[in-house]
Amino acid sequence: MGMTFAEKLLSKKADLSHVKPGDVVIVEPDRVLSHDNAAAIIRLFKSIGVEKVWAPEKVVIVLDHAVPAPTDKHANNHKEIREFVAEQGIQYFYDVNSDGGVCHQVFCEEGFALPSHLILGSDSHTCTYGAFGVFATGIGRSEMAGVWALGQIWLRVPESIKIEVVGEFPKGVYAKDLILRIIGDLGADGADYKSVEFTGGAIRNMSISERMTLCNMVIEMGAKNGFIEPDAKTISYLQSIAKGRFEIIKPDEDASYEKVLTYELSELEPLVAKPHNVDNVSPVKDVAGLKIDQALIGTCTNGRLDDLEIAASILGGKKIAKGVRLIVIPASWRVYREALRRGIVETLVEAGAVIAPPGCGPCMGNHLGILAPGEVCISTANRNFKGRMGNPDSEIYLASPATVAASALKGVITDPREVL
Amino acid sequence: MIIKGRVWKYGDDINTDVIFPGKYTYTVLEPSEMAKHALEDLDPSFAKEARPGDIIVAGKNFGCGSSREQAATCLKALGIGAVVAKSFARIFYRNAINQGLLVIQCPELFEFVVNGEEIKIDVDKGEIHTLGGKVFRFSPLPEFVRRIIDDGGLIPHLRKRFKER
Ligand code: SF4
Repeated sequence: MGMTFAEKLLSKKADLSHVKPGDVVIVEPDRVLSHDNAAAIIRLFKSIGVEKVWAPEKVVIVLDHAVPAPTDKHANNHKEIREFVAEQGIQYFYDVNSDGGVCHQVFCEEGFALPSHLILGSDSHTCTYGAFGVFATGIGRSEMAGVWALGQIWLRVPESIKIEVVGEFPKGVYAKDLILRIIGDLGADGADYKSVEFTGGAIRNMSISERMTLCNMVIEMGAKNGFIEPDAKTISYLQSIAKGRFEIIKPDEDASYEKVLTYELSELEPLVAKPHNVDNVSPVKDVAGLKIDQALIGTCTNGRLDDLEIAASILGGKKIAKGVRLIVIPASWRVYREALRRGIVETLVEAGAVIAPPGCGPCMGNHLGILAPGEVCISTANRNFKGRMGNPDSEIYLASPATVAASALKGVITDPREVL
Repeated sequence: MIIKGRVWKYGDDINTDVIFPGKYTYTVLEPSEMAKHALEDLDPSFAKEARPGDIIVAGKNFGCGSSREQAATCLKALGIGAVVAKSFARIFYRNAINQGLLVIQCPELFEFVVNGEEIKIDVDKGEIHTLGGKVFRFSPLPEFVRRIIDDGGLIPHLRKRFKER
């Protein structure tokens, strides 16, 4: 019988002719990613009693979670990382400068997310790289320290779910709405431990950025990884930037899936995930009119050029509502530069947005837009958990960049179709 | 190994942001300090009143969300004896093992225990005993996982392995 993508890739990496769900394999990753938590990993790594990381050229570190450092503790973390990087000869280090940004965005833009690669990251949204046909999954700090030392990890071969997407997006509906619909339907544990393969004509029509939005959020239904088959768009994106060789690994036609689901885009409408769980999904119209205090456009989910462009197209020549703070954080400096060149930044600033430097910002409550008790924020991020943006008594609604921009314009949660 | 403790009962989808708030991830660095913030945004009494050996009993998908290992570290540092859940989120499950925190999947237990009740876990036999005399079984941990837990977590386990080389 044929194999799914996860089965095929893991069997290849483990040098086995066949594996099945539930098997445990020992594999070596092609690349590993860490961010500010590298400081903690370094301390753990040193305590193991090993001198050198197993392969410095396979280690990528991007500072993004709190940049530039907001406190002395953060600054000290960054310093420890810089020293370690120099001492170990780690060349792929992205410091606090205008080459950086959110780790997942930088990782992809720099050509590290390559089809057929196995990538581990000490961040749960490492699954984003599935958009390029990568097997990518998140692990914890100790485990990353172990990988730095040994170059090995055990992984359980996951069951797979296939999601076929067909049709075309109606006006005002985007990849974010699709993934919210899927998470709402399957639930926060609907894909626990599983590999999720997206396929179908609508996926092939999607841009790389939209594919990244989909794969970024598979962890919100518990998935181990996401997968989209690489095509001409993937190859052309990677052509001049790929840092390494790759091949294309596709699932077999006769692979067996635990579940096969089909989504028709024309049936979708703009959605939000309501506090405090990502699977608490409803149509925007059900919460329309709810007053907001802050709107955030950014993060590894929706802080790319097309996202900022949509926001600018809604806010161009207008002003955001009085009493609302709109914070825009381009996902990377590359995105920021291009948005500057195209006048998108100017349009957003004229409309009243505050632009913060590329990085995670307030997404997980570090800095640059923490909420006060009782405040409501609508955000393009991927998580709305209680306390996520730094205050347990605030509320976070997740939505597409269009819905967030429309809401900032009106001061209340707004269906973007009203303003497009 | 036998674990005996009082039950702290929580529902489904307890995520890592409420187990250990993100805002502390780069500023609270010592496990003993992490312990003081365990479950802070969900149940402020937990970190103050939990005693070593106490057992968290939860619904499905415990530990979903971020990969932050402190969600397991803070529970371990507080002395939590085990987390028994209907199911676990994948990264948390690995992190717990790597921190030497016992995680047991036993979907049946949840309905039969109340908050504060004392229960007993016999890890070797794979049994959970309630006060009322009910016995629930769970699958024993794979051998290599058990070794990591017995060594006190992945880092001490690796330290041992590298010394032996
Ligand atoms: S933007 Fe948010 S979700 Fe993405 S890596 Fe940063 S903190 Fe995590």
